[in-house]
Amino acid sequence: MEPILQVNHLSVSFDTYAGKVEAVRDISFNLQPGETLALVGESGCGKSVTCRTIMRLLARNANIDQGSVLFRGDDLLKKSNREMRAIRGGKIAMIFQDPMTSLDPTMQIGRQIAEAVTLHSRVSRRDAKKRAVQLLHQVGIENPEKRYRQYPHEFSGGQRQRIVIAIALAANPDILIADEPTTALDVTMQAQILDLIKEIQKATGTSVIFITHDLGVVANVADRVAVMYAGRIIEIGTADEVFYDPRHPYTWGLLASMPTLATDSETLYAIPGTPPTLIHPAPGDAFAPRNAYALEADRIADPPLFPVSATHLAATWLLDPRAPQVQPPESIRLRAEEYRQKQSAKGASL
Amino acid sequence: MKRWTKYIGTRLFYMALTLFIITSATFFLMNALPGTPYNNQDRLTQVQLDMLNKKYGFDQPLMQRYVNYLGNVLHGDFGVSLQFSDQPVATLLGQRIGPSIQLGLQAVAFGTVIGVFLGVIAAMHQNRALDVFCSLFAITGRSVPNFVVAVLLQFIFAVTLKWLPIGLWDEGFRSTILPTLALSISPMAESCRFIRTEMVEVLSSDYIELARAKGMSEIRIAFTHGLRNGLIPLITVLGPMTVSLMTGSLVVENIFAIPGIGEQFTKSILSNDYYTIMAVTILFSALLVSVIFLTDILYQIIDPRVRIEGAK
Ligand SMILES: Nc1ncnc2c1ncn2[C@@H]1O[C@H](COP(=O)(O)OP(=O)(O)OP(=O)(O)O)[C@@H](O)[C@H]1O
Ligand SMILES: [Mg+2]
Repeated sequence: MEPILQVNHLSVSFDTYAGKVEAVRDISFNLQPGETLALVGESGCGKSVTCRTIMRLLARNANIDQGSVLFRGDDLLKKSNREMRAIRGGKIAMIFQDPMTSLDPTMQIGRQIAEAVTLHSRVSRRDAKKRAVQLLHQVGIENPEKRYRQYPHEFSGGQRQRIVIAIALAANPDILIADEPTTALDVTMQAQILDLIKEIQKATGTSVIFITHDLGVVANVADRVAVMYAGRIIEIGTADEVFYDPRHPYTWGLLASMPTLATDSETLYAIPGTPPTLIHPAPGDAFAPRNAYALEADRIADPPLFPVSATHLAATWLLDPRAPQVQPPESIRLRAEEYRQKQSAKGASL
Repeated sequence: MKRWTKYIGTRLFYMALTLFIITSATFFLMNALPGTPYNNQDRLTQVQLDMLNKKYGFDQPLMQRYVNYLGNVLHGDFGVSLQFSDQPVATLLGQRIGPSIQLGLQAVAFGTVIGVFLGVIAAMHQNRALDVFCSLFAITGRSVPNFVVAVLLQFIFAVTLKWLPIGLWDEGFRSTILPTLALSISPMAESCRFIRTEMVEVLSSDYIELARAKGMSEIRIAFTHGLRNGLIPLITVLGPMTVSLMTGSLVVENIFAIPGIGEQFTKSILSNDYYTIMAVTILFSALLVSVIFLTDILYQIIDPRVRIEGAK
């Protein structure tokens, strides 16, 4: 199938007084129609910048240094502002992290949804309102007709995120970008919002780019996962491949630091050290200084993305044929083991 | 609805209390001023002074006069002016308050609309040429006294171009244009600066980002979502600004020979014209207190977040 979105060799930097911040460095990925791609990684690794580049919503001090973003074959980076406005919200919609501040406090929430409807289709006021009420109903707001006229402060955080989702759905977008849509919510709310997004995706067939730094959330929603570190994609593959057969030591660290039912919080692992500065980043694998498995080569040259399978790539010199054989840590081997057992059990029962 | 009644009732009570305190304080302070209201007091003999004091009731003890005055005011009697041959103060003020209020309101309305517009444009072009231009304008407007502007306008549009009357209050709206422009400089500069600051913050907020993500144009975002939020705090400064303009500007009124109230107040203080001072003070305070009250009501109507609890 033709991908709906192709990001090719994209690099984005910011001019700051301290120097040029290389926030996104030569990343490439595809998004297939109807799939959910998760972008994961620690804070500051460039997830939001990647998505804002796709939306062309970057801050004024940003430079797109190279690359292209093809939406149905058209380069979004070459579009005029006017063309971009039709795409934003119309073809590609975005949900932000903090529902408490994402809605205009002085405007009825229904009108904020209706506004999104009228921006992208020629409909009468009444029809826009009808559609807004229907959207409110679709995202699970009870009593939509009455609540249409209420203001954001009259809703809880979870409800506000539902309203933001309703705004995003207003024009039936082809792609929904959700930038940490559940981070600001409590756990039960998180689950509900995730379910809602999955439900919507099933009903409408939109593609979703789901940003998070919580791998537990990813396991729940993603078809494919891209792991970012210091502005690069260091591993990308199907959710199963990344969760059960990870190859990059950073992915190992992320998975090991993910709480499971078996671990208790006291023994929870944390990757030592902090992410590197993105002003004149050093050559080589940016993760090397924090990486117990780092090879000499990792400190000298950028590792390319080595193919592990047709769908699975990882950027570490460990995958080079000349590299010594390294065993992943035990917890990761156990995951793979467990998975294989589950799969074979499944196969046997079929 | 009941909450509204209670809220407004409480507010009205405090407004009355405030006015009472201001009135009393002014009454006693004013009587502590040296001198008498008679402009030829040096040449008056003690007998004449006693006669005059008796005529105006100034021979009575202060407390007695205070009680009398309050009683009269409650009956709508503000006394007579001592400098304008015993004319009732109420009539005097009534004749002169009209032009001042009209000029004040026109100046605030015009100044704010233009100022807000410039402020929004400046915020949208933060730190770029248009912003610098608007800021320069605002700084100039705040630092140049309005009488300089008044004289300048008069020279250009009345003396040189002869488009508008040079002064006086006899050509209807045309007479008001130049003084309104002169007075509007300060609300214009003030609201331009205020809205710019406010809008710079608003335009960087999350809901503006969401509006962008919806596909709205920058200009539409600024004038709908942006302005809605940026204007709310402006209401707070707008009230007192309106009052200070409505109560007349001595110099501008003088330059354009306008029969306004600004001049009268200054004169009444200089000449110890007790009843005029009292009446003007009460009038100014009443205006200010009412404007603050209206501001708060307006706030509650415009900003859904501060609506009084349970008043849905
Ligand atoms: N306008 C900007 N000016 C300068 N640097 C910026 C700007 N925007 C982002 N950056 C930098 O770019 C890098 C990537 O930021 P980004 O917001 O994409 O991180 P993120 O992966 O979304 O993290 P988080 O999980 O905290 O949201 C960070 O180092 C950040 O400081
Ligand atoms: Mg982010």
